[in-house]
Amino acid sequence: MININEVSETNEMIEKENLDVRTITMGISLLDCISSDLETLNKNIYEKIYNSAKDLVKTGDEISRDFGIPIVNKRISVTPIAIIGASACKEPKDFVSIAKTLDKAAKDVGVNLLGGYSALVSKGMTTADKLLIQSIPEALATTDVVCSSVNVGSTKTGINMDAVRLLGDIILETAELTKDNQSAGCMKFVVFCNAPDDNPFMAGAFHGVTEADRIINVGVSGPGVVKTALEKVRGENFEVLCETIKKTAFKVTRVGQLVAKEASDRLGVPFGIVDLSLAPTPAIGDSVADILHEIGVEHAGAPGTTAALALLNDQVKKGGVMASSYVGGLSGAFIPVSEDQGMINAVNAGCLTLEKLEAMTCVCSVGLDMIAIPGDTKATTLAGIIADEMAIGMINQKTTAVRLIPAIGKKVGDIVDFGGLFGYSPVMPVNGFSCDDFVNRGGRIPAPIHSFKN
Amino acid sequence: MNRIIITVVGKDTVGIIAKVCTYLAENDINILDISQTIVSGYFNMMMIVDMSKSSTPLADASQALEQLGEGIGVVIKCQREEIFDSMHRI
Repeated sequence: MININEVSETNEMIEKENLDVRTITMGISLLDCISSDLETLNKNIYEKIYNSAKDLVKTGDEISRDFGIPIVNKRISVTPIAIIGASACKEPKDFVSIAKTLDKAAKDVGVNLLGGYSALVSKGMTTADKLLIQSIPEALATTDVVCSSVNVGSTKTGINMDAVRLLGDIILETAELTKDNQSAGCMKFVVFCNAPDDNPFMAGAFHGVTEADRIINVGVSGPGVVKTALEKVRGENFEVLCETIKKTAFKVTRVGQLVAKEASDRLGVPFGIVDLSLAPTPAIGDSVADILHEIGVEHAGAPGTTAALALLNDQVKKGGVMASSYVGGLSGAFIPVSEDQGMINAVNAGCLTLEKLEAMTCVCSVGLDMIAIPGDTKATTLAGIIADEMAIGMINQKTTAVRLIPAIGKKVGDIVDFGGLFGYSPVMPVNGFSCDDFVNRGGRIPAPIHSFKN
Repeated sequence: MNRIIITVVGKDTVGIIAKVCTYLAENDINILDISQTIVSGYFNMMMIVDMSKSSTPLADASQALEQLGEGIGVVIKCQREEIFDSMHRI
């Protein structure tokens, strides 16, 4: 039987160490909504989303109350819209009309974000893919909760450099269109290499075409729990350090598994995966950078940081994998800048640079995330940064992503406040040397040699 | 069995257990186990109860006990047992 110490431990994690279930995300396939008539398509999409997810928020709140565990976000991911709108959309504004339908459906069911305004173009772009990408700035500027992503590369296909080059312009245009609101459009847009089909986390979530009609994916979180556990083993060797992270990740993930199964049962929707990612928030004590500090580096970015992050990420996976029957999504440690107070402190201290963050993304789960850069950064430079990050993903057979926010009118050192869970960030310097001749070549980078495993 | 864990944490005072138990009895909620400690003047109690014979929904019981706790200056939480089982048992 459960004893009082175990009960106290769990409740202390929840009350003092910010243990929560970060998101229950319902994946919804829109393939059966496809029509060549735009109006019919929009109507089908609205009805499918509304009917599938109308009880999602209520059910999430009930589970939260029954178990006494906060479930912070309830969200939706849908089939990439470039596929869904391919037959009906003849120009970018047609795609924008779908974005507005998604926005309305998401708000009507009460979720706080909806992902899947996406295109998968790792080898080439169809006409529809290109139209959707061109529509992204306006779609993100005229909606509130719709998130967009474009997958531009994979280990199997190489990198679509035409798309990478185009996205340099698209990100700047999105920043410009939303400049009165801290370039907020860019917070809702991610570029991916090796994007997973079942990611529950925003802004990069979409419901892959390999998935069932509907699915429940859950993202757990608990940087504060890991940090508190590590405080108790200060000065111990790496074996003790790693065992502690593993055990803590196991406990945190078991809660995610329980909530995922419960949500799946109550909603009558199959359980997909639990995503093991350690996802920070700007709240004090909910920071991945603080874990790195506890492991032993003065600030994130100091020598040793990449190794510390590598072991953290690996132990989280080892502990989490046994705790859940299906693990998927991104599963690792997120290292966003603006959403993590410890990262912000490291930037302000002059310890953390874009280049060091790029190195850290080789061993963490995602990539360059929530980083404010000067608004006058060139589109080709943005494309160069994206290409670098995609190459890391392609060669290392892992997911990488880029979510940069060119802060229009701001210069290095200025502060951009995104508000709420998105946090705030000092504008970070970008290497100003040119890569124009590289990104303007056109075409694609071939798949790497280790993709030929057949 | 519909097992719920009730935790009571707060400053020690006369009659905490009596008030909680009275509410449970009135609502046909059976107590299976009680453990209690006092750490530096703070009262810390855990009860394992069975709600399968009670007609009161968990959400209502949870809210009523929370209010009862506020009245005597302690924090009372009701949680389904599975969250603790999941975390601490393989």
